[in-house]
Amino acid sequence: MNNIQEFQRKLLMDRSVPGRIGSILPELDVPQQNLLRPELLRDNLDFPELSEPEIVRYFTNLSRLNFSIDTNFYPLGSCTMKYNPKINDEIAFSPGYASLHPNQPIDEVQGALTILYRLQGYLREITGMSGVSLAPLAGAQGELAGVLMMRRYLIEQGQTQRLKMLIPDSAHGTNPASAKMAGFDVVSVPTDNSGNISLEALRIEATNDLAGIMITLPSTLGLFDQNIVEICNILHKAGGLVYADGANMNALLGQVKIGDLGFDVMHLNLHKTFSTPHGGGGPGAGPVAVKSILEPYLPAPIIEFNQELDENNYYLKSPNKSIGKLAAFHGNFGVLVRAYVYIRTLGDYGLKQISQNAVLNANYIKEHLKESYNLPFDRNCMHEVVFSATKHKDKGVNGLAISKRLLDYGFHAPTMYFPLTVDEALLIEPTETESKETLDLFIETMKTIDQEARSQPGLVHDAPHNTPIRKLDEAKAARQPDLRWSRSEESLSDNS
Amino acid sequence: MPVSDTSFFQSHYMPNTPSQQQEMLDSIGINSIDDLFSDIPTEHRHPTLDIPHPISEIDLKSELMTLGIQNRNLEQNACFLGAGAYNHFSPSIVKAILTRGEFLTSYTPYQAEASQGTLQVAYEFQSLISNLMSMDVANDGMYDGATSFAEAALMACRVTKRDEIYVLDTINPVYREVIETYASPQKLKIHTLSSSNPRLPQTASCLLVQYPNFHGTIEDLSLYKRQTEDMGSLLVVSANPIAMGILKPPGEFGADIVTGEGQALGIPISYGGPYVGLFCTRKKFVRQMPGRIVGRTNDSDGKTGYVLTLQTREQHIRREKATSNICTSQALLALAATITMAAVGKTGFRQQSELSYHKAHYTASLIQNIPGFSLPIQGDFFNEFVVKCPINPSKINKQLLANGIIGGLDISSSMPNCMLIAVTEMNTASQITALAETLKKFGS
Amino acid sequence: MNPSDRKYSKDHEWAQIVGNEVIVGITDFAQQQLGDIVYVDLPEVGSNLDQSSKLGEVESVKAVSDIFSPVGGKVIEVNQAVIDSPELVNQDPSGSGWLVKLALRDESSDFNSLLTSEEYDELIENEAH
Repeated sequence: MNNIQEFQRKLLMDRSVPGRIGSILPELDVPQQNLLRPELLRDNLDFPELSEPEIVRYFTNLSRLNFSIDTNFYPLGSCTMKYNPKINDEIAFSPGYASLHPNQPIDEVQGALTILYRLQGYLREITGMSGVSLAPLAGAQGELAGVLMMRRYLIEQGQTQRLKMLIPDSAHGTNPASAKMAGFDVVSVPTDNSGNISLEALRIEATNDLAGIMITLPSTLGLFDQNIVEICNILHKAGGLVYADGANMNALLGQVKIGDLGFDVMHLNLHKTFSTPHGGGGPGAGPVAVKSILEPYLPAPIIEFNQELDENNYYLKSPNKSIGKLAAFHGNFGVLVRAYVYIRTLGDYGLKQISQNAVLNANYIKEHLKESYNLPFDRNCMHEVVFSATKHKDKGVNGLAISKRLLDYGFHAPTMYFPLTVDEALLIEPTETESKETLDLFIETMKTIDQEARSQPGLVHDAPHNTPIRKLDEAKAARQPDLRWSRSEESLSDNS
Repeated sequence: MPVSDTSFFQSHYMPNTPSQQQEMLDSIGINSIDDLFSDIPTEHRHPTLDIPHPISEIDLKSELMTLGIQNRNLEQNACFLGAGAYNHFSPSIVKAILTRGEFLTSYTPYQAEASQGTLQVAYEFQSLISNLMSMDVANDGMYDGATSFAEAALMACRVTKRDEIYVLDTINPVYREVIETYASPQKLKIHTLSSSNPRLPQTASCLLVQYPNFHGTIEDLSLYKRQTEDMGSLLVVSANPIAMGILKPPGEFGADIVTGEGQALGIPISYGGPYVGLFCTRKKFVRQMPGRIVGRTNDSDGKTGYVLTLQTREQHIRREKATSNICTSQALLALAATITMAAVGKTGFRQQSELSYHKAHYTASLIQNIPGFSLPIQGDFFNEFVVKCPINPSKINKQLLANGIIGGLDISSSMPNCMLIAVTEMNTASQITALAETLKKFGS
Repeated sequence: MNPSDRKYSKDHEWAQIVGNEVIVGITDFAQQQLGDIVYVDLPEVGSNLDQSSKLGEVESVKAVSDIFSPVGGKVIEVNQAVIDSPELVNQDPSGSGWLVKLALRDESSDFNSLLTSEEYDELIENEAH
């Protein structure tokens, strides 16, 4: 292989050279003990044998194949790809936080528990709710916790027949998936032409088997439902509960408290709104916040403060009717620390400015692109805007093609084909950490692609051209799944 | 006015100045940013936000370091605590690579052309974990060991179309709690099987076994395989990855699903998270496996590349019919584990496992000879074992801490006066001696 | 346009009587809508299906579609060729891309309630916009 790029992508097991080592472990400094019986022992372990320099070079070169917030504008709608502050990482990695064992007695970790307790308080304040649990390890787990609490509450109220969960047709897939996992039946409610949930459809569903509704606010269309207070009223009158999917909180920080609008329970995505890094697909954290009626059911553990003691006041508690533990330990602590540092850095003034800048940036893009791309909802948007990439569909240029062409220009694509209710959806969320110059460049680029779609549609259709790899054969990947290295394919070679 | 009722504050994370904001507002014909929030009911606008004012990086670091010092950490104290999270070797290159912005600040790799780094790492992770557990396929990780175990039980119920989950009484009790949280909403029943009399009925979808078990003992997987096979159930094993350096892996016993906690693979112990759950299975079950899976394929020029595949299992396509609701998982930690497995490598991994084994057995032999202390559980173990103490373990742990040692887990709620001790390659001979010397003080 | 030697359901399946068997598949329109088919999930031989009950699933890279049985009957054979090479359904949906063979349970009523090829042509003409 004399092509450097191919060499850089050779897999660990294919690079392996017998006898190379990547680290040196200490010698055994205690007497050797009796071994286990041979039938308990393994014969062989297929792990790579590589030296440290080549491992570092391999992973470093792999990283350079990625788009990331640190290197590119990343306007992924509903993901809130804002700048991830480095101070958060520095503190989370420091020994005082990174080197704590979860099973240590609480008096050994009071500093850690202090941070968690304060974070609970900040999230209560921001959401306008009474109780918070930091236990869920991701948004989807937060959703699961939320719907499990709703179910438990309704059962205790003697309302076991309430199994119907309403979910808008524009919702993120985790909503129906979580509702199903909690034992609910999912019923879809439509959004009207203004982007609001149809009140008429809601009233029809307000029967005595109604458990609740899961609403994303603002919606996945980037719009604030103009009837939200009425929706909460309808649900409550019908005996149901209202859940807020807080994925889009970036639009609302400091502008309104979700609890004030009538919601009973919600989750937050710390890896979206609160700047903790996405890491290529996690970790995240999905704390839940609830009104007092649901507090007894919060997932364990929550952090409490015992005023009677002189020291070691913070302790872990399982609420007396808790839905239980969602994971082995106390939540994604490293992520929680980062969110805490972020909230302290921004403070009350900064939190409000996040939503102001996020919403201004999205509206700026909306207005400057609405001549070039179809805008299904021509009204003020919130922190994200959805376009429908149907203008040049007849020439073979759809949402997918435009997204891939953006990669050629060094921008990560927006979210495509979501929400499902918009044809050829392109959901753009700039976030507040982007400068006007970047936004202008993005707008100019999108206009250029629109021109290309008119005059050279093939160029856009066949994009991307400039990325390390071009469009991949996904059908082959699904038909003949090749999901791990195996010995027989040692001498893999490309046809180039 | 772009900025509302707060006193003027320019955040260092938000580039646009008030004058630039004004320019932007003018260009789109809006009077003020406040107008953009007009859909929010007026009576709920501008709530008071009782959050501290912004603070400088200098002050923040100082405050957090002060709080950090209040914690007794594993860099300054010897650790003999395990029970699901372990103090194992983490090579220095892990943090160096992990904190590269291209890995740290990238998103889930839905746009494959923009994420080949993340995708190739995932494929490597799947490969090495499959090798480690001797299984056909692995996913790109779940939340943690406990939720992986729970999701495996749910998967077994889907595959066998039975709704009874059987768990051995020797699994981690916290894991059992998590399985309960996940299983009961779906009306699946959980039964406990005694390891001294494990008779599985024909209604069982699976048997859940921990290997080594919660008390550190090595379970007889061949016995459980026979049991499950006879009943047409699945054998689900939660395995300690470091132990797999010397122990025969569950795949070789015919396990159907293997899960585990990946924290021991170089991931910071970080007060319980973030970690990464391991999940592997047989090829025939791959379409029922939850979580993200990366596959190798080629692009339009014939170049090898990687892509998320079998996505029709997942929530973003199947929605309420998905194999799981999982979306964000723990990809960054899977990267950490992959780097660790590469750096420690074939020889190192075995050495690490052997060091843990010998040091643990040496420690056990020392403790056994201290009057008042005993090892109540018979059977082979890897690096964790139960110690019966003459008095309440919490009292002993207080004395240990005063000597700079974090003692084992107090399990007296299930085994009176007992403590669960873990020993790894990180425990030196002098730490082990110090532990034994302190325990001697409590001897009768 | 669509072969006239068989009848069609509103959900884009076709049913063709051959002797006392019914061959079932999905239409050309359906395979176009789905895109590259990567996996086909078919029922077990011996299972009994009612008209309009779920027969199986067809997966493309980004979507899953339920297939419904156009007539009632017992499954006597499934097409191993499409299980091994799902792309056959894209290439030849009306021929070698057939899915299952059923033993026809009630010849007259089920089959008669289906659409003729002309009626089906009209249906898809109205659907496509």
